[in-house]
Amino acid sequence: MAAMGLLAPNGRATGEVRFAGANLLTARESELNAIRGNTLAMVFQDPMTSLTPHMKVGRQLTEVLQRHRGLGKAAARDQAIAMLRRVQIPEPERRFVMYPHELSGGLRQRVMIAMALLCGPRLIIADEPTTALDVTVQAQILDLIRLARDETGTSIILITHDLGVVAGLADRVAVMYAGRIVETGEVRRIFKTPQHPYTQGLLACTPRLDDAATAALRTIPGQPPNLQRLPPGCAYHPRCPYVMDRCRTNRPALLPAAVGGMKACFLDDLHLKAAS
Amino acid sequence: MSPPLLQVRDLRVHFPVRTGGVLFADYTPLKAVDGVSFDLAAGETLGIVGESGCGKSTLGRAVLQLLPPTSGAVAWLGTDVDLADKAALKARRRDMQVVFQDPLASLDPRMTAGAIIAEPLRNYHPELSSPDIKARVARMMEQVGLLPAMLNRYPHEFSGGQCQRIGIARAMILKPKLVVCDEPVSALDVSIRAQVINLLMDLQRELQLSMLFISHDLAVVRHISHRVMVLYLGKMMELADRDSLYRAPRHPYTRALMTAVPIPDPDQERAKPRAVTFGDLPSPLSPPSGCVFRTRCPKATAICAAAAPPLEAVAAGQLVACHHWRT
Repeated sequence: MAAMGLLAPNGRATGEVRFAGANLLTARESELNAIRGNTLAMVFQDPMTSLTPHMKVGRQLTEVLQRHRGLGKAAARDQAIAMLRRVQIPEPERRFVMYPHELSGGLRQRVMIAMALLCGPRLIIADEPTTALDVTVQAQILDLIRLARDETGTSIILITHDLGVVAGLADRVAVMYAGRIVETGEVRRIFKTPQHPYTQGLLACTPRLDDAATAALRTIPGQPPNLQRLPPGCAYHPRCPYVMDRCRTNRPALLPAAVGGMKACFLDDLHLKAAS
Repeated sequence: MSPPLLQVRDLRVHFPVRTGGVLFADYTPLKAVDGVSFDLAAGETLGIVGESGCGKSTLGRAVLQLLPPTSGAVAWLGTDVDLADKAALKARRRDMQVVFQDPLASLDPRMTAGAIIAEPLRNYHPELSSPDIKARVARMMEQVGLLPAMLNRYPHEFSGGQCQRIGIARAMILKPKLVVCDEPVSALDVSIRAQVINLLMDLQRELQLSMLFISHDLAVVRHISHRVMVLYLGKMMELADRDSLYRAPRHPYTRALMTAVPIPDPDQERAKPRAVTFGDLPSPLSPPSGCVFRTRCPKATAICAAAAPPLEAVAAGQLVACHHWRT
């Protein structure tokens, strides 16, 4: 949201977000408007509330093309329908004149993805794109995102709480806790040799479909922290099984880990391996 | 042999939905639950899975007598439940409790945690003195992992996970025989989910409860259930004990569901076959003829449109409704 300039009015973003040479955080609204929906697109979690309810699906799609590509009405309509067909929407001409509420959740999310792809973006930010969908529809949408990425070569930032979705789609992973990145790495490395105790905890406490065990699940004790009253030192220390004295006072920096990637934890890699 | 705790026979719950008419409204029945039968033994957990709109929650509510069934029977310890007999129904409700999905919305915001947990005791045990009730509430709070000192706090002062613990304490304080859990962990953070699942499994063992565990999450259901029922558009597709269902699912819909669940392992997740179902759930107002799953089924043939497949016993304790389960 910060990168897209879509923060709530009381949110302030500092630092730098460079996209194709421009710093998005200091860009003017008009510059942002030329980028957003064009080379930088977004897919939101809930397609019902992120599509305009009183506008036909077709108009919402052609609007993007007319504005960013300067297409005429007829050309925009043809391209929009072609895109609906590409995201495997059956009977695209009929859907084109429908309102969002007339479509199922899966079709609405396909419309969102079609909208994001219209201008051939270089980056798509997908925020929990399948969380609101049933598993069989989720599998279809993830296939579609994968296909779109492989066909167009666009980059994707996929935001999700579902480790299975990450395992299927991502090349690299950043694990966040309390507003900070605590670990980054190549996807197989993250799942096979997680280095941060939080990553290890998340993987261990997720029930798996292919796991026949019925013993008690491993848990992460305690609650996610209150962001207004973060604990001093490492924000994860009250829930961490390996907590040491300095974790309570100093915050570990995100540094290269011996097995590759980065981690923000005082434990050395060897110690972690012995403990797990 | 003693009768099972719960016997459900050919249960149907239909809702009339207005579909037209000017002077006289036309109604079409929405068949939320359409001919479901099963037994539930004491101390058993039956998982009920399926996509949204498949009738999972309606089934749970009908079993609890919160919704009147259109037809069919729900027998409790061998005797039919008579919906008209309010006193008998109230006595029975003592033994059947429910845990809802949304932990905050299912707690009265104007009642303290202590009052919420004590309410069932006050209803069913008016003879108990206040100190007795307070002692039992404190003990129950400890059992679900809440500090008894939080007795006087209001729901909004608790986190989602803690609110769900309050809901669980409220359901368990009368030591019921049956608890219907309707998506009890779906609204919770990943790290909190495992805590609540462990709590439910512990309580089930300690109190020898039967549970109906309704969830769309097949991994959670595998972990917690003894047997699992797969529902699609109000009809039972497959019912089997947990290991049979997950090791050798017979129904194409069960297989589709299993393939669709992402596995948190990059090598396995990328090696598995891609999605096998197509399209979305058909409208429950006009379900397909014959087998309701045929419009999304990779194995569908002419017979699937002509006749609804009967439930067949394909192995000990495994029932499947599919014309093509052998292939």
